[in-house]
Amino acid sequence: MRRFDYIRADSIEHAVQALAAVQGARALAGGTNLVDLMKYDVATPTRIVDINRLPLDSIEETENGGLKIGALVTNSALAWDARIEARYPLLSSAILAGASPQLRNAATTGGNLLQRTRCYYFYDATMACNKREPGSGCPAIGGVNRTHAILGASSSCIATHPSDMCVALAALDAVVHVVGPDGARTIAFADFHRLPGDEPQFDNTMRHGELITAIELPPADFGRNHSYLKLRDRLSYAFALISVAAAIKFDGGSISEARVALGGVAHKPWRDVEAEQTLVGGPASEQAFAAFASRVLAPTQGQGDNDFKIDLSQRAIVRALTQAAAGTPQSQTDKRVG
Amino acid sequence: MDDLIGGVLGVPISLIINGTSHNLAVDPWVTLLDLLRENLDLTGSKKGCDHGQCGACTVLIDGQRINSCLVLAVSRDGADIVTVEGLADHDHLHPMQEAFVEHDAFQCGYCTPGQICSAVGLVNEGRARSRAEIREHMSGNICRCGAYTNIVDAVEDVLAQEDARYQKVAAE
Repeated sequence: MRRFDYIRADSIEHAVQALAAVQGARALAGGTNLVDLMKYDVATPTRIVDINRLPLDSIEETENGGLKIGALVTNSALAWDARIEARYPLLSSAILAGASPQLRNAATTGGNLLQRTRCYYFYDATMACNKREPGSGCPAIGGVNRTHAILGASSSCIATHPSDMCVALAALDAVVHVVGPDGARTIAFADFHRLPGDEPQFDNTMRHGELITAIELPPADFGRNHSYLKLRDRLSYAFALISVAAAIKFDGGSISEARVALGGVAHKPWRDVEAEQTLVGGPASEQAFAAFASRVLAPTQGQGDNDFKIDLSQRAIVRALTQAAAGTPQSQTDKRVG
Repeated sequence: MDDLIGGVLGVPISLIINGTSHNLAVDPWVTLLDLLRENLDLTGSKKGCDHGQCGACTVLIDGQRINSCLVLAVSRDGADIVTVEGLADHDHLHPMQEAFVEHDAFQCGYCTPGQICSAVGLVNEGRARSRAEIREHMSGNICRCGAYTNIVDAVEDVLAQEDARYQKVAAE
């Protein structure tokens, strides 16, 4: 591992100042992705700002009935929090679908948003990669791309965002709180991660020197009708080929609100809010779900190895919505689907 | 400062490791796993993949199982760490160690310290009961010999012992 300056931040202001002062500075929380990337020489920070002492490890009620999750709350603490389990079970389920217990005990809420793609070419510092070295090319296009994007990719990058938690946060319309040299601001979850375009080196819309302090969940009423369905090459401890976070509200027998976010298919958690609107007022039928899925997936483009994901996504969306409608969310222990 | 780890840039930290306090000066790029193995001669925790994918390096940090290969030691200043060397009570093996022996829950043994620390963490968490849950909650520990069936047997046995002890205490 390359050497770096180490600064232990004793306040948020101190952390922001230390991050903003140096171009190559990175914040360290759980380290489960950053330390890994440093070992591979993919991340080469010149300064590490250790934020683990900051008072950002609690979950608090908000005035409007939501929850504000401190950036340093671990994935385990968040998934098992009684308020999250009762009010945001979709989030709890998505977190438990990801990584391993050991990683979830170390990984944090803020860090989860900032984890980098698991594209093999990005992870191999000897290969070209526009995300790692802008302008060097994308060997995944025309290369081995079984796990890569089918939506929103560009001629520069076909990487996917690897998070499970973020897929649920996208469906729940979470808000990201950041603090930077110019003060605090909030970023809607849909605007936090970005598509690669011709600048795939930027995963998100944070500015230099900014630090995530919290994730806010607006009040939600998807306690019953939700499901997080994750499909992968082995039953546990693997990144999603595709995942679906589905949540439905009913008014009588018809759908009054539907939220569907997809993971493993794009550079960011993928939502199509216009397509979601088409479900409103209609029945929770397989036919309606299939029409919805077709509409969401209309702009898909396969890359060769990952063409199978298009049909798999169609069926996964229908299944997740069917599970949500029935009030039988996908178990993250017994993963047989049926 | 009883140990100086690395060069002059060492960051002073204090750790309790298997019940003993250590005041150390550690270079910031040293992982907890390397600190344990290379500098403190605690080689029970194994370096398998060194990337958080195999679980062989699992230790308990403040009671929680964590991959020590992905932890920069300086970031855990003040922590209470238990490695596989710290589980036994002198000559008495920890119940999880006993169960691994009893159920022959290993072949080559390389993943075993991580498996045992992880299983102790699993019991602490209190979230896994059924065999399916044990399997899911042990998914962060890979065993290339494929001793999984016996590992699940061992963990199930310890959970049953915990249950029996709890019921006995409740009855008294």
